[in-house]
Amino acid sequence: MTQAPVSTVVTASDVEPALVPAISSRAPGGKARKKKTKDPKPKITWDRIKAQRVLLLMAVPLLMYQILFKYVPVYGWSIAFQDYKPGRGSIWNQEWVGFENFVDLFTGVNGERFRRVVVNTVGQSVLSLLVGTVGAIVLALLLNEVKNLPFKRVLQNITYMPHFLSWVIVASLASVALSMPSSGGFINQVLMNVGLVDEPVLFLTEPNYFWGIVAGTNLWKELGWNTILYLAAITAIDPSQYEAAEVDGAGRYRKMWNITLPGIRPTIVVLLIINSGWILSTNFELPYFLGNGLIAEKAETIDVFVLRYGYQLGNYSLAVVAGIFKTIVAIILVGSANAAAKRLNQETLV
Amino acid sequence: MSSTSVAKPLAPSAAQGRPARRRRRWTTERVVFTSLNTTFLVALAVIMVYPLLNTLAISLNDGMDAVRGGIGIWPRVFSLRNYEIVLNMDTIYQAFIMSTLKTVVVVATNLFFTSMLAFALSRKEFIFRRPITLIFVLTLYFDAGLIPNYLLIKDLGMLNSFQAYWVPVMISAFNLIILRTYMKSIPEEITESARMDGAGDFRTWWQIIMPLCKPVLAVIGLFVAVGSWNAWLDTLLYNSGDPALTTLQYELQKLLASSMNAGANSANSAANQAAVGAGGQLTTPIALRSAITMVAAVPILLVYPFLQKHFVSGLMIGSVKG
Repeated sequence: MTQAPVSTVVTASDVEPALVPAISSRAPGGKARKKKTKDPKPKITWDRIKAQRVLLLMAVPLLMYQILFKYVPVYGWSIAFQDYKPGRGSIWNQEWVGFENFVDLFTGVNGERFRRVVVNTVGQSVLSLLVGTVGAIVLALLLNEVKNLPFKRVLQNITYMPHFLSWVIVASLASVALSMPSSGGFINQVLMNVGLVDEPVLFLTEPNYFWGIVAGTNLWKELGWNTILYLAAITAIDPSQYEAAEVDGAGRYRKMWNITLPGIRPTIVVLLIINSGWILSTNFELPYFLGNGLIAEKAETIDVFVLRYGYQLGNYSLAVVAGIFKTIVAIILVGSANAAAKRLNQETLV
Repeated sequence: MSSTSVAKPLAPSAAQGRPARRRRRWTTERVVFTSLNTTFLVALAVIMVYPLLNTLAISLNDGMDAVRGGIGIWPRVFSLRNYEIVLNMDTIYQAFIMSTLKTVVVVATNLFFTSMLAFALSRKEFIFRRPITLIFVLTLYFDAGLIPNYLLIKDLGMLNSFQAYWVPVMISAFNLIILRTYMKSIPEEITESARMDGAGDFRTWWQIIMPLCKPVLAVIGLFVAVGSWNAWLDTLLYNSGDPALTTLQYELQKLLASSMNAGANSANSAANQAAVGAGGQLTTPIALRSAITMVAAVPILLVYPFLQKHFVSGLMIGSVKG
């Protein structure tokens, strides 16, 4: 009951292997797929309601709470169809303008900026996702080759650590690391000592570096954490496959390439698909903290646009339109990603 | 009996089928690979810890000396003055208390309400089990957006109040599913026998099921605590109007923002060179920010040893089909 596995190695073997495909159908961030339960549907009768009044008392107020805090805010979407001025008081006193704000955001004066914002969001997310996935797979393969278990455990614990630091701290560390040597910028220091550059690089004022900085910082923060599921998937590979390959004379790299990688392929595919459902929803903090006026053209993402341009500058209507756009696209993406993952799950995992 | 030569009608599970570790010979290939791999992994570990150690060293260094740069993982001119200044700043002291208080309240309320609902939803006989679960699961995907959420808090009159910290995050749908799944795995005989002994649903939950859920509650509680401690947007959106409600992450974020603007305005970051005075003591923004970063990171680093024991099992529990 209270077993607290110290490392993934122990844990993965504690868990029934049948669970590992199930693991792979979820992203670590917490997107559970709804699974049809096989329990019979309970009939609703007056007697049952009376008999279950305590259960109802435990559940229904919290249901109301959830509806109030997660669904009721949709009334705020009406701002999208108004020329919202905070000075006019509540949203019932505003002037209705139909789809004017939508036209403005997608084609009008703000159209160009918004298109750039969408491109930045997708670009930063895709780059981070690809770099992060490749990095995590490589690290999982290398960790899997470490036979000294205490050493492996120490490595895992060190690489998981940044996952628990807040984005504010990580952005703060990144801004110091990337600054001038005089401000403690050790990356520039290293580059200059090695002789790669003569002058310190102005990382955070050059727009073209920004997507790379976002991907790199994400990699640093989540690299170790993202290996957990791949390591679990590797543990689930039938060892007799490796033994058979050894008998056939396969070396280390052949085994990696021909057994381990195909073995975790379903996990890779499912995680990629599920994470791609969140492409418009990731990358908020880093662009917000590290982005500045000089690099806004590459740094500003949808969420930053909503917070800066909408909330902080009072352009509520446009920000809500951008938010609606994001929510609807995200639902479509997450929905189809989940459907795709489910189909793949059935075909390749079971 | 070599396991490769035996035909297996049933594939052995990875856990049980793992053969006893065989001694392998140290071939040249293995020596070369192992040393390269070890070198690479150690380098990676250094990259992971260096930024924090560097910040720690700067925070323990004399502020005026720190702007000369070149500090590695060891302070050049050791001084505790940065921490002295930081801990004497009313804002930071307030923020530390508020961050702690908020984290404690969020963990307590979130665990209480999430597990109470999870218990109801884990009972097979509960009539509204499925529609209620569906409504909660959908909120994993659906979000009305930043400004609508802000307007709700405003219309509820919770702006600039402590309630804005814990009421909106009283239940987390993902943890709800984890807990419900875990409670479902508890044998039904246990709740049955509790009922025989005359315990009602509420008592069964509080006195029978909750103690059995301790391991998973610990994991979820630690994750909720880390999430609450690390949050900054709630302060910015809801509570930035009341200095008494400020949090550490929010203060650090403000400091970061001002240094980013300074850095963007002048490449030489003149602002970083200027000395700031607080209570008559002199230090520099970079040293000050390093000290505040450490103050904000240390609680996480302190619970990390407890976390790392549990989080993998937490991830595994979360992945059990619901």
